[in-house]
Amino acid sequence: MKDFSYLRAASAEEASRAAQQAGAMLLAGGTTLLDLAKCGVTEPDTVVDITRLAGLDTINVGEGGLTIGALATMSAVADHPEVKTQFPAIAQSLSLAASAQLRNMATIGGNLLQRTRCAYFRDPQAFPACNKRAPGSGCSALGGVTRNHAVLGTSEKCIATYPGDLAVALVAFDAVVDLGTRQVPVDDFFLPYGEAPERETLLQPGEIIRGITVPASVAARQSVYLKVRDRQSYEFAAASAAVGLELEADGRTVSDIHVALGGVATKPWRALAVEQALIGKALDADLVRSASRLSMEGAVSHGDNAYKIELAPRVVARAILQLAPSLGDLA
Amino acid sequence: MTRTIHLTLDINGQRHELDVEPRVTLLDALREHLGLTGTKKGCDQGQCGACTCHVDGKRVLSCLTLAAQAEGRQVTTIEGLAGPNGELHPVQSAFIEHDAFQCGYCTPGQIMSAVACIREGHAGSDEEIREYMSGNLCRCGAYNSIVTAVREAAEMA
Ligand SMILES: Cc1cc2nc3c(=O)[nH]c(=O)nc-3n(C[C@H](O)[C@H](O)[C@H](O)COP(=O)(O)OP(=O)(O)OC[C@H]3O[C@@H](n4cnc5c(N)ncnc54)[C@H](O)[C@@H]3O)c2cc1C
Ligand code: SF4
Ligand code: FES
Ligand code: FES
Repeated sequence: MKDFSYLRAASAEEASRAAQQAGAMLLAGGTTLLDLAKCGVTEPDTVVDITRLAGLDTINVGEGGLTIGALATMSAVADHPEVKTQFPAIAQSLSLAASAQLRNMATIGGNLLQRTRCAYFRDPQAFPACNKRAPGSGCSALGGVTRNHAVLGTSEKCIATYPGDLAVALVAFDAVVDLGTRQVPVDDFFLPYGEAPERETLLQPGEIIRGITVPASVAARQSVYLKVRDRQSYEFAAASAAVGLELEADGRTVSDIHVALGGVATKPWRALAVEQALIGKALDADLVRSASRLSMEGAVSHGDNAYKIELAPRVVARAILQLAPSLGDLA
Repeated sequence: MTRTIHLTLDINGQRHELDVEPRVTLLDALREHLGLTGTKKGCDQGQCGACTCHVDGKRVLSCLTLAAQAEGRQVTTIEGLAGPNGELHPVQSAFIEHDAFQCGYCTPGQIMSAVACIREGHAGSDEEIREYMSGNLCRCGAYNSIVTAVREAAEMA
């Protein structure tokens, strides 16, 4: 790890000013930044520690919804009693992520900005070609081992999966990122790869994520995060789904549904086609399964990751059916 | 050119002064600068849990924590777990009782993680213990005995 200078910011303004300098990077939990610094992927000249900034670690559940400060830890949000009951998919997306130690360190702001686990991206020495790290250098994953790479939202420049869990639940429930001077829907905050895979979010140099708000809804209260992975714990998603469901009094007809996918796309992926196919319909298992397949519209396989195109819709369907107990053993 | 920064760290209730490069992790500060080698370096990348210690009572990975970030916080390592007269912490005793290690390399991290796991209230069943201890890998595969030791220590707590 290249050496850097260390600055402990006393105010958000100081942090923002310092972070605008070339080579400066904000440091929160450090679980992405120091990991990638050790890989030689990020080489900051200055790290600006924002963990001592006051008032940015609050978690509030009120009438309007959920507000989380950027410095709240993953564990604090995952274990928050009202988040667990009012926004279960959000609590679960965090408690099923990383490990207890990492969740105690990692912050919500840093979590959104975690980088892809693409093995080629993480190993600059062995694989100099990576458009995300070095724009224009090519992509080592194309033609390589692509088991964990994305099937949705890819471009010919980059097929790296966005690995985070929380952001999937956030896009499902229309969360908004608070950047201090502007508010951006999480779905817009993450950019499609297209021509510039090195640019992953709307964040500008010096901009600091202050927090996140999630509107309250019946669907958010009746929600689940289902994560399928190669081992049962401490692993990124092979495919995951955040789903929220509100049914009419008959217990079958969908009045509101939210669906997003993780582990399969280059950004947290809202599946509007699935939602539209189910809204107003009386659920049955076959309908749920066929609608869930719409989540893979436009999916492209790169060989090793073809299984995701089969797996992801099943994860979506299972999550929806879990939320509709009246369908009984149809699930 | 090496620029060092001066840090004051509170480790196991004792004040330590040290001059280190800003990039030095808490793990390297403990092991290389302060001679506290009980905390182990496995992967050095946040993946194995061998370096687990407590900062302000919470379990964290010292390999992904800068020493500078620990300033003003209370750090507890495996060396700080036993009582003043050397009497073992109940989790340490339970690990010995149940043979919860083979080579012992992952053990300090396992024990630090287990102490926190019990304190957090996440040791209610074997299933819960396995989930909340999943950040600590054991190459020797002593997992069954580790779960038994954690369960027993939790029942006694
Ligand atoms: C072994 C391992 C397993 C993991 N497994 C999972 C998993 O299963 N699921 C999952 O979702 N995640 C997983 N993660 C990723 C983990 O959740 C992230 O590393 C963590 O959430 C990042 O948060 P942080 O506070 O540590 O960020 P940092 O490393 O401090 O920062 C990350 C980036 O965000 C920037 N930043 C931080 N805070 C702000 C802010 N407020 N405003 C602007 N910029 C900011 C930093 O400059 C940096 O570029 C895993 C990580 C590891 C190491
Ligand atoms: S998939 Fe993206 S991140 Fe991975 S090597 Fe290709 S360009 Fe780099
Ligand atoms: S040495 Fe820190 S997690 Fe492996
Ligand atoms: S006892 Fe050998 S690694 Fe766990």
